[in-house]
Amino acid sequence: MIVRILGEGQYSVPDGQRGALEKLDSAIVEAVDSDDETAFAAALAALTAAVREAGEPLAEDTFAPSDLVVPFPDSTLEETKGLLAEADDATGTDNR
Amino acid sequence: MSVMKRLSGIVQAKTNKLLDKAEDPRESLDLSYQKQLESLQKVRRSVADVTTAKKRIELQASQLQQQADKLQQQAKAALTQGNEDLAREALGRRTALAEQLGELQTQHEQVAGQEEKLILTAQKLQAQVDSFRTKKETLKASYTAAEAQTKIGEAVSGISESMSDAGMSMQRAQDKIDGMQARAGAMDELLASGALTDLTNPVDDIQAQLNKASTTSTVDAELAALKAEVGAGAAPAAELGSAGPSAAERGSTEPGSPAS
Repeated sequence: MIVRILGEGQYSVPDGQRGALEKLDSAIVEAVDSDDETAFAAALAALTAAVREAGEPLAEDTFAPSDLVVPFPDSTLEETKGLLAEADDATGTDNR
Repeated sequence: MSVMKRLSGIVQAKTNKLLDKAEDPRESLDLSYQKQLESLQKVRRSVADVTTAKKRIELQASQLQQQADKLQQQAKAALTQGNEDLAREALGRRTALAEQLGELQTQHEQVAGQEEKLILTAQKLQAQVDSFRTKKETLKASYTAAEAQTKIGEAVSGISESMSDAGMSMQRAQDKIDGMQARAGAMDELLASGALTDLTNPVDDIQAQLNKASTTSTVDAELAALKAEVGAGAAPAAELGSAGPSAAERGSTEPGSPAS
């Protein structure tokens, strides 16, 4: 699968890693839900590190849409909340 | 719901907007390429904006630094004159400037960080646009092949996603810079209004006091020297006295001359 880290680029990550990434992702969701800036920063750092470690940067001449998108590595909790709200709006509009 | 999936949703929504316009897949390649060139231009302009913001902060910092250095020297001069209160005043103002300098330093680091990121974004986008230019011709040439349409779709969504990402990165940098631009504007106004520059006027109030003290002490010194001369006794007094008669002689001749 292809994972994009916003502001950084795309990685090709083995499908077997999906479970591990989703687990790290749920730590971010938890931090966002509980408004915990410290936990958020730690969870985001863990997720970006895991993608970089498990994935191979996508070659420059490969153009493909991503399956998953990771927030900007230096995002704040507030910023990510904004992006997620925007995302929910966008997908909400699409579903209607 | 997963953060990664929700974000993938927003990136795709942005990407779809870009693609909706094209009907023929081949047309979408060219349309997409046009969009890429525009995106690249925008990112480059954004880099230029950030560089300008950085230079502005550097200029302000150097102006404040000059003022701080001057106040330091004035404090020293005041101490030399034995005026501790004035030295304290100068150092107090210097401390206030140092705080502002510290803030500017932080802003400078932030702007430099954004600049670095944007330059990287521009470089990556440039490399991708270059590759895409080649790729789109290959894809057009092989368009008759059955899977070409899917491939074109993928390539176009892929590059569009990169453009959305670059656009988001740019917006993010811009948002951060905007706040700083407002502060930089306020600082420019402060510098222009004289609230800060009063201190750097050729003769500011501290300098005026220093000059006054220096004038006073020069006058005092000259006065003391004069007193010493006058008080020293007969010799100078005699000199003055001896000058008297000669003047008196001249005085006596002059009134005489019109008479003669």
